[in-house]
Amino acid sequence: MNMTITVNGASHQLDVPDNELLVDLLRERLRLTGTHVGCDTSQCGACTVHLDGRAVKSCSLFAAQADGGSVTTIEGIGTPGDLHPMQRAFRECHGLQCGFCTPGMIMRAIDLVARSDGLDGGAVRDGLEGNLCRCTGYHNIVHAVLKGQELMGGNDE
Amino acid sequence: MYQFNYAKPATVAEAATLYANAEDPVFLSGGQTLIPTLRQRLAAPTDVIDLSGIGELSGIAVGDGKVTVGAFTRHCAVAESAEVQAAIPALADLAGRIGDAQVRNCGTIGGSVANSDPAADYPAAVVALGATVRTDKRSISGDDFFRDLFETALEPGEIITSIEFPIPDRAAYRKFPNPASRYAVVGVMVADFGGNVRVGVTGAGPCAFRARTIEDMLNANLSTSALDGVEVPDAGFNNDLHASAEYRAHLVKVMARRAVSDLLGA
Ligand SMILES: Cc1cc2nc3c(=O)[nH]c(=O)nc-3n(C[C@H](O)[C@H](O)[C@H](O)COP(=O)(O)OP(=O)(O)OC[C@H]3O[C@@H](n4cnc5c(N)ncnc54)[C@H](O)[C@@H]3O)c2cc1C
Ligand code: FES
Ligand code: FES
Repeated sequence: MNMTITVNGASHQLDVPDNELLVDLLRERLRLTGTHVGCDTSQCGACTVHLDGRAVKSCSLFAAQADGGSVTTIEGIGTPGDLHPMQRAFRECHGLQCGFCTPGMIMRAIDLVARSDGLDGGAVRDGLEGNLCRCTGYHNIVHAVLKGQELMGGNDE
Repeated sequence: MYQFNYAKPATVAEAATLYANAEDPVFLSGGQTLIPTLRQRLAAPTDVIDLSGIGELSGIAVGDGKVTVGAFTRHCAVAESAEVQAAIPALADLAGRIGDAQVRNCGTIGGSVANSDPAADYPAAVVALGATVRTDKRSISGDDFFRDLFETALEPGEIITSIEFPIPDRAAYRKFPNPASRYAVVGVMVADFGGNVRVGVTGAGPCAFRARTIEDMLNANLSTSALDGVEVPDAGFNNDLHASAEYRAHLVKVMARRAVSDLLGA
C-alpha cells in the first residue's frame, strides 16, 4: 500500500507490503537500526518509538497503522555531539551494559517523564513495566531516569 | 508473517461490507492481541480490516447514569479521562493497570472485550457493572456476553461499537497480576448499586463470570468479614503454569475481600 509517514521530522512517501510491521519499515527500509527487536511476544519494549507523541511498541503495529502519522526514533532525539538529556543521564549513571534495551528504555523514559510531574523511584519502575533489561538489574536505569527527569527540567522533548 | 490484504474503512457499514465480501477476514483494533498472534503465525486471515479510521467508534460520554466508551477507545484514554475518573474511578483504575504503558497506548476496549481472553481485565468490569455491549446489529447484556475461552456472543462479522457502563454508587477492582505480562491471574470487581452488590471475576475460569455466592453474602452483609466462610469451588477453573485451579479459587476470595475493603474505604 501507499503511505505517508513522518519520521524524525522528515516526510516519506512509501509503498509497503500490507503486512509490513512498523519496526521493519524503520529498520529495513529507512535503515534506522537504533530501534531494536528483542522478542516476538510484544513484551520486551526494545522496539519502543513515539507515534504521534506516545510510546508504542513498533513490533506490534503495522506500518499501515502509522499512515499519516509522525514517528520519533532514538535517532531523532539527539546527536552524538548534542545528546538528549535522557541520553546524557543514561551515560552519566551507567544506565546500560550491553545497550540492547537502551533505545527502548530511553524512548519510554522520555514519554514517561514528559507525562508526569515528579516521579520517584517506584513510579519509574512502574512506568518501565513494558521494557525488559537482561543486564543491569534495573537499578542504574532507575537512577538514570530520575537524573534524566532532573536534566529535562520542564517537559521538553 | 503470512500475506493478507489490509483495508481501512471509514464507517462501520463499510467495515461490515468488507468483512462480508472477504474469504477469511479479521478486524484489527489496537492490534495488541492480534498482531502478536499474526507474528507468531497462529492465524492466517486473508484480510485485515482496520477499525482505526472509523471516527464514530472512538470517545467517551458520561450522562444518564452511564459511562459510554466507544469500542476504539484506547486503554490510556479511559485511564486518563477525568470524566471516567469522576464517574467510575474503579474503571479508570482498571484501565490504567492493563499491561504496560505501550500496550495501553494502543490497545482498545472493543478489542479486549471481543477477544474474551480469560485473563483480560475489562471483562470483569463488563460483568460486575452490568454493562451493555452495543454492536452494529444489537445490544447484548454483559451477563450474556462472555461464553467461553475466547468465545463471546458476537456473530462472525458483528462489530462492537460501544460499551455502556451503568454508574455504581461505588466500585473497586483488585487483581493479582502475572508478574511478567500484568494479565490477571485473578481479578475481581465489586460494585455497589444502591445496596445491590454485583461481583465480576476474571482470570479464574474460561471467561469472566458473576460470583453469585459472593454477591449473596455481600448483599446480606457488606463487609470483609462477610466473606470469611465463603467457599469458592475450583471446578472448571483454569489450571496452568501460572497457577493451579485451587490457588485461583483461593485468589478469588482474597481479591474479593481486598476489593470490598477498598470499596468500603473509598
Ligand atoms: C505485553 C502485553 C500485556 C498485556 N497485558 C494485559 C493485561 O494486563 N490485561 C488485559 O486485559 N490485557 C492485556 N493485554 C491485551 C491488551 O489489552 C489488548 O489491547 C487487548 O486484549 C485487545 O485489544 P486490541 O485493541 O489491541 O485488539 P486487537 O488485537 O486489534 O483485536 C483483538 C480481537 O478482537 C477483535 N475485535 C477488535 N475490535 C473489535 C470490534 N470493535 N468488534 C468486534 N471484534 C473486534 C479482533 O478481530 C481480534 O480478534 C496485553 C497485551 C500485551 C501485548
Ligand atoms: S521487540 Fe520485544 S516488544 Fe517489540
Ligand atoms: S543493558 Fe543489556 S539488555 Fe539492558
